[in-house]
Amino acid sequence: FFQYCLSGHPTLPCNVLKFKSTTIMLDCGLDMTSTLNFLPLPLVQSPRLSKLPGWVLKDGSTFLDKELKECSGHVFVDSVPEFCLPETELLDLSTVDVILISNYHCMMALPYITEYTGFTGTVYATEPTVQIGRLLMEELVNSIERVPKAQSASMWKNKEVQRLLPAPLKDAVEVSMWRKCYTMPEVNAALSKIQLVGYSQKIELFGAVQVTPLSSGYALGSSNWIIQSHYEKVSYVSGSSLLTTHPQPMDQASLKNSDVLILTGLTQIPTANPDGMVGEFCSNLAMTVRNGGNVLVPCYPSGVIYDLLECLYQYIDSAGLSSVPFYFISPVANSSLEFSQIFAEWLCHNKQTKVYLPEPPFPHAELIQTNKLKHYPSIHGDFSNDFKQPCVVFTGHPSLRFGDVVHFMELWGKSSLNTVIFTEPDFSYLDALAPYQPLAMKCVYCPIDTRLNFIQVSKLLKEVQPLHVVCPEQYTQPPPTQSHRTDLMVDCQPPAMSYRRAEVLSLPYKRRYEKIEIMPDLADSLVPLEIKPGISLATVSAVLHTKDNKHVLQLPPKPSQPPASKKRKRVSDDVPECKSLKPLLSGSIPVEQFVQTLEKHGFSDVKVEDTAKGHIVLLQEAETLIQLEEDSTHIICDNDEPLRVKLRDLVLKFLQKF
Amino acid sequence: MTRECAALLPGVCAALADPRQPGLDDTCLEKLLDWFRSLTWFDPTVELVQDNPCLTELITSVLALPEPSPSILSFTLQLAGILASSENRFQHLQQEKLLGRLFGRAGPVGGALWEDPSVRSGWVKGVHSMVHHLPALHFLCSAGVMDVIFTLQGDPSLFVASAASQLLVHVLTFSVESETSKPLSTKDCDWPACAQMILKHIEESLQSSCASHIEHSLKLLTSLFGSCYAAWTEVLWLNIAKQIESFLMEETVQAQHMLANLLLNVARSPVFSDTEGSFWALVTSALEHLTPVQAGPLAVGLLRLCKCPQDVRIQALTVLLQPMDCILRAASQPLEYAGLLDESVTDPVTVESLLSSKTSCAGLLCQTLAHLEKLLSLKHLRVDLPCVSLLRSLITILQFCNGFLTPTSPLGSTISRNLINCFRVQKSALDVLAALSEKKGCDTLIRSLFDVLLAYLESPNTSPTVLKKAFQATSKWLACLQELSCSNSQCQQTEKILEDVFLVLQKRLCSPCWEVRDSSLEFLTAMIKCLRDQDGFRQSLLSSEVPRLAENLLEDPESYVRASAVTAVGHLAFITYLAAESPVAGNQYNKENTVAKLQEILSTDSEGFPRRAVISIFTKWLREGCTGQLEDTEQFVSRVIQTVEHDLDWEVRLGGLELVEVFCSKTICQLGLSECPYAPESSAVTSSTQQNLLQVFCRAKLFGFLFQSLCDCDKPVGQRACDVLIGLRGNFYPISTLENPQEIEDSPAGCGIAWLQRTLRQGSLAQNFPTDGGNGVDFQDPESMMVALGAIDLLELHDELNKSSDHVEESPQSLLQDILATVGTIEENEVDCY
Repeated sequence: FFQYCLSGHPTLPCNVLKFKSTTIMLDCGLDMTSTLNFLPLPLVQSPRLSKLPGWVLKDGSTFLDKELKECSGHVFVDSVPEFCLPETELLDLSTVDVILISNYHCMMALPYITEYTGFTGTVYATEPTVQIGRLLMEELVNSIERVPKAQSASMWKNKEVQRLLPAPLKDAVEVSMWRKCYTMPEVNAALSKIQLVGYSQKIELFGAVQVTPLSSGYALGSSNWIIQSHYEKVSYVSGSSLLTTHPQPMDQASLKNSDVLILTGLTQIPTANPDGMVGEFCSNLAMTVRNGGNVLVPCYPSGVIYDLLECLYQYIDSAGLSSVPFYFISPVANSSLEFSQIFAEWLCHNKQTKVYLPEPPFPHAELIQTNKLKHYPSIHGDFSNDFKQPCVVFTGHPSLRFGDVVHFMELWGKSSLNTVIFTEPDFSYLDALAPYQPLAMKCVYCPIDTRLNFIQVSKLLKEVQPLHVVCPEQYTQPPPTQSHRTDLMVDCQPPAMSYRRAEVLSLPYKRRYEKIEIMPDLADSLVPLEIKPGISLATVSAVLHTKDNKHVLQLPPKPSQPPASKKRKRVSDDVPECKSLKPLLSGSIPVEQFVQTLEKHGFSDVKVEDTAKGHIVLLQEAETLIQLEEDSTHIICDNDEPLRVKLRDLVLKFLQKF
Repeated sequence: MTRECAALLPGVCAALADPRQPGLDDTCLEKLLDWFRSLTWFDPTVELVQDNPCLTELITSVLALPEPSPSILSFTLQLAGILASSENRFQHLQQEKLLGRLFGRAGPVGGALWEDPSVRSGWVKGVHSMVHHLPALHFLCSAGVMDVIFTLQGDPSLFVASAASQLLVHVLTFSVESETSKPLSTKDCDWPACAQMILKHIEESLQSSCASHIEHSLKLLTSLFGSCYAAWTEVLWLNIAKQIESFLMEETVQAQHMLANLLLNVARSPVFSDTEGSFWALVTSALEHLTPVQAGPLAVGLLRLCKCPQDVRIQALTVLLQPMDCILRAASQPLEYAGLLDESVTDPVTVESLLSSKTSCAGLLCQTLAHLEKLLSLKHLRVDLPCVSLLRSLITILQFCNGFLTPTSPLGSTISRNLINCFRVQKSALDVLAALSEKKGCDTLIRSLFDVLLAYLESPNTSPTVLKKAFQATSKWLACLQELSCSNSQCQQTEKILEDVFLVLQKRLCSPCWEVRDSSLEFLTAMIKCLRDQDGFRQSLLSSEVPRLAENLLEDPESYVRASAVTAVGHLAFITYLAAESPVAGNQYNKENTVAKLQEILSTDSEGFPRRAVISIFTKWLREGCTGQLEDTEQFVSRVIQTVEHDLDWEVRLGGLELVEVFCSKTICQLGLSECPYAPESSAVTSSTQQNLLQVFCRAKLFGFLFQSLCDCDKPVGQRACDVLIGLRGNFYPISTLENPQEIEDSPAGCGIAWLQRTLRQGSLAQNFPTDGGNGVDFQDPESMMVALGAIDLLELHDELNKSSDHVEESPQSLLQDILATVGTIEENEVDCY
């Protein structure tokens, strides 16, 4: 059993598991933090961005000034943003049999894998995961494609050149692996390879392995996976939550009795409690709006935004914000809001019951009805007519490098009345803001990450008690900025095995058993014999039939009779013939009685020696040795077959046959 | 006993002894016992039992029952004990040979019913009531009763066990005090027989190897030394001191946890006031040998004693400070601070290991902090607290709890891990921090203190309950800060701190969590209360968004928040426009606006809390004289009264009466009358002033409200109205006339007043009290009101209102009748059956 670790990002994992004879990819997350090194893509011509000076080397060389621009002491690549792909060289990805997706954030690299590596297998994911994943990809492709960039920078990636660049460009890893965004046809092709699954559905892979998705409580349709054979069980826990938000609660019980538990996707902000952060979000929003400012919330089009809208639904009246417009701008805003309302079976119990009333499960339906929340595909068109300030805008992308958010940053950045509130934990907010400096706008960081924290993990591990835990190396030490917080790491016994990008891990357990089925007619023919009280044995003579990793014992064919017809025999009927069977022996030989028997049969010079394992009976005259051991008896004599047979028969008298 | 009761008693006794009657409820039986207790308390004569033979018959018949119910048997035991509490009645019962059958070996002891704890409890209580004279004591010793009591000390029912222990204390004390004539010495023979039995039992138990026996004796001794301060207790102590000392040293006997209370009770006893004695050496040894958790209560108790050797006090304080010292040492760089203590009493390793363990760390710290808070609240603490180091240690704990501190030592890391996000410790530490604000000399740490407090106020991870405590501590320290700030740099520091505080308060006022909004408003009110005279504070407050946000919260959906907003806005008004000199130019706060808003809440809010808050703020304004000229005030009060008189919440109506009371005394003062009705009347008080006064009150529509309130269905309202009216009357009639109300003249007005008298007599049963003159009473006519004040017997009303509502049902006669009625229904049912 091996695990190939293709991603170093703990919450955007991509691992390949060789389990029995199958090759299973677990998630294919796309690390988008690489985009932070690029200049934002403005929807409307931005004089500020276009006037940024080119970067000049210390020695005055200007050969990079077309590719790299400087803004407030930071250097950015002036090109279409690129993403850091999972490792593709560590193993031949065309050999991957299946890909298991745990949530819509962890499938963003799917087109790169399915369309570029010769992958021919199947992808398994739940329906909401696919639908919302599609929305995320669509929004991503849309926001990049609608701002075509003439140039594409590549000179800076040259290893020699990169060394000369300032941080963080200098330290960017795997730049050669960075790729431009995929296209819609690639997205569609990738998604067409997905097969939909439901929670607790058992999926057989080649008869050898069974995989099952379980609710993980983190997002609509998010799953943990159980990968098991008859005697081995691996649990893959990725992006789970124990908080009561909108998705179905996490299924913990099914994770019990795992040999290995692979643990990824824990909270990225272990020190922030999501409830407190939601409070912080609301307070800052209200304060800004009351002072006449606008609030910008860079976010993904699905996920936490549903909870935020629900929280605001309860809060705005009490905070006297009923007259403030809330705008949600995304090419997929409409679909996202509507999809959320139709996936009733994937929602928490409270929301499910609403559907039967019937009421929409999420209150944002009412916000839309009462015109408090309006959604638009982009800032162009209807939005520009309806736009009223002060207002609150939810829009993407949280990296602030593309999407409509770039426009609002440019528009509102100059006034200290406005506030940008970061709620998505995936990007460092300071890095995200770097190309907008100097900035007068207030910035508030309220990362809301509902995934498991370390206290919850430790409770979970105590509860499900896996034999071994495997996790990214980041989880086995305190966060680098808070080295004293030893409470912020996975604490279990035996210590968790850690992995990092491009590492191959041999999982710490061995195959010991294989399950074999016995056909009923064969079972009928068995005659068990009681050896000891409670233990019966039977000899089985059968043909082992193996197909699709399933093993079956069948009755041996009858002794072959001459073919009745002259038809040619089919090859498959050609079953190996069975030789006649010798009976099996059991029991032990009492030495003294054996010696007496020998003497009775005329062996007079019998001598017994004790050995470590039993006895040796010496027939000196015949130059013959009889070795009696616990599990074997040997008769050693020189070319005297009649003597050997005689002695054998004497030995057999003491043993049971069956 | 009244004749009526005496007549009812035989029936009751017969009913109680009747095995067919269903168990009467226990409260009835308890009330009956209380009544007998009160009857026998001051009457040692035998009359009660002689005149009421039914009582002894009751006991006899219960004893004769083959299977009495446990509750009746328990009742009978207690009744017999109460009756036998005087020597005469005891002898009477002895003649009837009842006591032996009740309390002796022949009684229920050991029988089938003895299994029932209520029977055992009744037995112990009965014996306890009985032992108030020597014959009873001798009865105990001779009838083998003592052994039963000794056994009951370990009874599975805690109530019985505790009662048995109390009984032994009582018997011992009574025996020593009634049977000895000269002071006792340590020799056995000097103790009276009964006391000797108990002492022997105590000593034997203490020496036994059985933990539960030791525990029983220690409990007994603890309550003995806690209740009896006679000189002979010292003799007793000397007998057992060695044994007690051995418990401290020997870890094999698990008795340490009992010792702190015992030693504390001994220390409190005046008998041991000599500070030289060996007793204090034992206390010192206990402080050393008990675990920090066991020694804590002992230490804090010692520090509260007036007389205690100073070195023991210092040692006790050291025990309490040790965990705080350990925290400081664990957190700081070597040699950065010297810690809190020069040397420790016990091995610091014990405390360190307790703090290193996840399970004991929070417990030890919370206990220590609770003790320290208690000490800080003491007026006279006879040792010096190292306040600066203590504050530093508290700051450190709070930093550990929110993960802001990077410890350098391994112990620090462990403690940090144990304390992160521990709300219990956070709350306790903030409580002590608040209490510490009253101590002087902590100026040097002010900035780091506020850094920590602000971090707590700021952090989204702070739980609402911790936040509330942080607010409380902050307001206390802000008050100190204002006292401190005199120099320029301090002024700037204060200004900066206030600015930060208002910034965070602004955010908290917008919180989606109502508890947070509520405690933020309470914090604002607390700050205004103590800092409203400080210019710097007012400037910072008014230049922030806080006042506007607070006003917005008057419309909060949560009623508690609205109530707190009312209080906060009411206090803000003192700064914004009620103050004599309005401090801020361009004042955007409009008085009429706020008053109108509050009045609207008073008349329309659906919840009681905000309305109560409004009426109490209005009263506060009135008391502080902020409502303008008399005419304005008159109209204001009149409007408020009309709003509150029909309020459904009695506390609002009561608040209205308080407002009326304040208004009356203010008006009386302004018109030149003395506020005190007992002050000698000055000649200047003319009837015209009285006339004026009456007119003002009538115009403000006070009287209708007051008289109507006398009939209020909620008693406190009626009582308050009556008090106000009695007070008012004193301004118009001499005090001497209060007890003899005037006769009502035969006039139309007199007729109305007569109606009023009748109505008031009905009290809260009076329906639809009209205040519009419909019944011939014009509540706005000064003349009529003058007559009414003179004619209505307010004192009688006052007495009537002060009677508790069940005063009729409380009488013994009604109790007996109730019992008979319950039994009567059975008899009726029987008749029905045949």
